[in-house]
Amino acid sequence: MPDADLAVIGAGPAGLAAAGAAARAGLTVVLLDPAERPGGQFYRHRDGDDGRGHHHWRDYLRLAGDLEGVHYLPGHRVWHAEPGEPHVLHCLAGNRDERPVTVRAAKIVLATGAHDRALPFPGWDLPGVMTAGGAQALWKGQGLPAGRRVVISGTGPFLLPVATGLLKAGARVAGVYEANRPSAALLPLALDPARAVEGAGYALALARHRVPYRTGRAVIAAHGEGRLESVTVARLDRDWQPVPGTEKIVTCDALAIGYGFTPQLELAVQLGCAVEDGPDGSAVITADAAQATTVPGVWAAGETLGVGGAVLAMATGALAGHAAAGTTPPGALLRRRARQRRLAAAIAAAWPVRDGWREWLRDDTVVCRCEEVDHGALKRAIADGARDVRSAKLLCRAGMGLCQGRVCGFPVARVLGVPDRPNRPVAQPVRLRDLAYPDTSRGEHR
Amino acid sequence: MVVVGAGIIGAAIAYECAIAGLSVAVLDRGPVAGGTTGAGEGNLLVSDKPPGPELDLAMMSLRRWREWSEEHEFEYEPKGGLVVASTPEGLKALDGLAAEQRTSGVESLGVAELAEYEPHLAPGLAGGVFYPQDAQVMPALAAAALLRHPRVTVHTGVTFTGLEGGERVTAARTDAGRVPCATVVNAAGTWAAEVAARCGSDVPVMPRRGFILVTEPLPRIVRHKVYAADYVADVGSDDAGLKTSPVVEGTAAGPVLIGASRERVGFDGRFSVPVLRRLAAQAIALFPVLAEVTVMRAYRGFRPYTPDHLPVIGPDAAVEGLWHACGHEGAGVGLAAATGLAVARGLTGADPGLDMSPFRPGRFA
Repeated sequence: MPDADLAVIGAGPAGLAAAGAAARAGLTVVLLDPAERPGGQFYRHRDGDDGRGHHHWRDYLRLAGDLEGVHYLPGHRVWHAEPGEPHVLHCLAGNRDERPVTVRAAKIVLATGAHDRALPFPGWDLPGVMTAGGAQALWKGQGLPAGRRVVISGTGPFLLPVATGLLKAGARVAGVYEANRPSAALLPLALDPARAVEGAGYALALARHRVPYRTGRAVIAAHGEGRLESVTVARLDRDWQPVPGTEKIVTCDALAIGYGFTPQLELAVQLGCAVEDGPDGSAVITADAAQATTVPGVWAAGETLGVGGAVLAMATGALAGHAAAGTTPPGALLRRRARQRRLAAAIAAAWPVRDGWREWLRDDTVVCRCEEVDHGALKRAIADGARDVRSAKLLCRAGMGLCQGRVCGFPVARVLGVPDRPNRPVAQPVRLRDLAYPDTSRGEHR
Repeated sequence: MVVVGAGIIGAAIAYECAIAGLSVAVLDRGPVAGGTTGAGEGNLLVSDKPPGPELDLAMMSLRRWREWSEEHEFEYEPKGGLVVASTPEGLKALDGLAAEQRTSGVESLGVAELAEYEPHLAPGLAGGVFYPQDAQVMPALAAAALLRHPRVTVHTGVTFTGLEGGERVTAARTDAGRVPCATVVNAAGTWAAEVAARCGSDVPVMPRRGFILVTEPLPRIVRHKVYAADYVADVGSDDAGLKTSPVVEGTAAGPVLIGASRERVGFDGRFSVPVLRRLAAQAIALFPVLAEVTVMRAYRGFRPYTPDHLPVIGPDAAVEGLWHACGHEGAGVGLAAATGLAVARGLTGADPGLDMSPFRPGRFA
């Protein structure tokens, strides 16, 4: 007997929209999310948050207030998703008092989002270097600035809200270095009224604080004794190779790096859903016009289909909810998805990750931080016959550690010249007793 | 000569043939150690084998592995194996097996005080037998190290498509062109039947699925390879259904590896939570301290098994110039060194050092 008609995994913009749409159509819905509050990464917030500094906060309030009939399970981490009739989600719930919970559902909507993508460079493992998403989470979740004097480097429109967020949190932003030169590509942004306003707001904030925003440049090395003290910024050519003689040192105590996002697909892969190459080099779930994956009874929404932002995520989420419930979606929703997809494609094309970053690596640059595998060791593994991420892991331990290649998977795949295909049958660490005896522990769902 | 398969068996054959003076091209459609070699624990076991041809091959292999470990770096760890019995009857059977194995040169030691060997073992076990010769290697590193021999060239991402020649082999065909050679060795492991078919031959090698759980890195709370006596019966079992028995070992890198399951489900690569649960429960029963330990990863592999559970090693019964070295089931890493030696000696007309007739490819006809 399933616990629910539908389990929605992920309570970000896509998952909230999916759960709401399906519940309104009469399905019993369970909504699972690892965080203690709904909203996902995009609407990460803290107690008493009034939404200032959050974009589309009203959309969030509408979605989060629309969960009537949805059984919301915060603090639930799915470690394995098993396909079947019903599908079975093996979860861990709670923090200090972790316990196993099993959720059975006839249908699933995957709205597991994406995580930050970083590229390695000399010194990126120094304390004080973090992902742009990590810096953003620190501010959104706790109101804290990542440092006193922060440099931001990477590529993509996401660097801008990170910069303004840091300014609001009281940090000085010593510079935003955008590796691409996206001026012409800003045109499609201007075609979307909401985004144009958003973009103008960021530009104003940066100008008011005299934050330099430089394109065609990136941080290619970080320096410091025991912790970050400065970075080397260089001009990049079209392929992102540093232009000799353009290096300059910028002092800072924190560095936020963001090179886009990698969809979190381990649960999709566990369920047997086909994945394909996304526009920006990371794998995405293969889905049809109704958001259906290749596995019966499983739909996908949001960033799992390729990074496209909160508005697109809400549209694909609502569409997945309708599809799961078997109801006809409003035409406006389909039009919004089409418009936002065009925009996402334009953004992906304007902010690619070029392969020249590999020139930033030295032989002793750590590539896999968990296992402390450097670039030289990875090159030796390739010389020894590694051709894919798995054989590289076997031959030099890159990706064998705690994060299971979530951080180094993308760069290692790029160095190997192969697609990054996530395969993590145990998506979250699970205690042996919780694995062995799920039904004798307390707190079985319902 | 051409070796099809860059797993541990192909690497061992290439290495021993290169030492014997041959030039070897190793082909693999995937990477080095991309098949079963990269999906196992890397056991070099004599403890789990009853007297017979496989144990003799394992003993010969163990000696060669020890020599290899002095010349190459691949995390060789002669940690010894501890087999435990829960009941007095089980212990009696275990002692009986150890006595028989001794005639084949297997060293063993009856253990009444298990805690002296493994302080964290569950209380109440009847006893066990310690096998000091059991060892472990990191098999992917071992394969890579052996393939570095200067007379060996490795072609990964190249698919073998068939043989050329009339009476005897003159070349190997691949999707990247032909490789002239007089000898082709089928070392394709679990996929050896497919390679044999492309040569107009057949070997009855089939997949037997297994899962392994990998814990967080731990201080050395499990010192040896420790397994329950039932494991020996499971290994030799002809049951197609799920068999699990606890096999627990600490590794040099820190994580504890937990096996072992056996199922005949073809090449179904899906993970099975019920199997993982059984592995976890059995490991906890053996080492209660593991209950609070965290599993970080799990992996899956397909052992290449044959109807009589013995590997297939030797020249093809019909096609001249074609050799087979496959079907080692779960013992491929352990048996690799002797397999390499035997093939190299066979190809150069030397004495293999062991009666290889029990492994001849034609025995299934």
